[in-house]
Amino acid sequence: MSDVAERVKKIVVEHLGVEEEKVTENASFIDDLGADSLDTVELVMAFEEEFGIEIPDDAAENIQTFGDAVKFISEAA
Amino acid sequence: MFDLTGKTALVTGASGGIGGAIAKALYEAGATVGLSGTRVEPLEALAAELGERAHVLPCNLGDAEAVEALPKAAIAAMGGLDILVNNAGITRDQLFMRMSDEDWASVIDVNLTATMRLCRGVMRPMMKARWGRIINISSIVGATGNPGQVNYAAAKAGMVGMTKSIAYEVASRGITANCVAPGFIATAMTDKLNDEQKAKINAQIPAARMGSPEEIAAAVLYLASPEAGYVTGSTLHVNGGMAML
Repeated sequence: MSDVAERVKKIVVEHLGVEEEKVTENASFIDDLGADSLDTVELVMAFEEEFGIEIPDDAAENIQTFGDAVKFISEAA
Repeated sequence: MFDLTGKTALVTGASGGIGGAIAKALYEAGATVGLSGTRVEPLEALAAELGERAHVLPCNLGDAEAVEALPKAAIAAMGGLDILVNNAGITRDQLFMRMSDEDWASVIDVNLTATMRLCRGVMRPMMKARWGRIINISSIVGATGNPGQVNYAAAKAGMVGMTKSIAYEVASRGITANCVAPGFIATAMTDKLNDEQKAKINAQIPAARMGSPEEIAAAVLYLASPEAGYVTGSTLHVNGGMAML
């Protein structure tokens, strides 16, 4: 797993309090990992801070799974 | 009780009677305070009176860009933003039949839209901190209505609905959002009234007197305190019984 994916996973596990095994490529933050809409905003804030990037609102809306997040950040960072 | 040591607070309209009293109460409880307003001179004077934990942050709330920049400036000056008090407001009183679009828009812009923008601006830092206090100064007329104040009453009532909705969204993150709704408060504005006018006003108030800015500040101080952590989405009416809501 890439360095970005490891760091994203760590944030997701910490923030949502889920087991690492559940954070898979296609795991949806809301449907599979128990996040509410506010959690997704906070995750995006945490990603921005961790990777020193800015994630615009329209891009953030498209980040729905762990895989989406890793892909977006890998391209942006 | 009500120790705000280590907390940072931004107060808009701090150059006015009520805003100044709010800033003073928060400062005396130990908070670092950002004083915002359009008139720099009274803000500087208040900051000098308070002491080194007071910062002057001038802002014209009619200017959207300036409003967006204010929370950032406050955080840069104070190192954080735990408490937001939206106190600034303007009036453009006019009989409704004669009310212009400009009178309407300017009151909505400053009293409601700027408040919304500042609330939005503090969401991130408060969410991160898992602690925050938003206190919006509404008005008795937002609940009762008042002839000549269609625009002002609409803005102040709008503030209540907005505050409740914000309170809902962020309650689980340790952030509370409440309103304080003052009745008649003795300020420089009411000092201009003659004795007959004052007597007329007092006759409508069960407490038979106007309130003081300090009595509004005390309500704000409570809502800003850690002790008020379970109070959210509420409106605290401070009006001497003029409207029992």
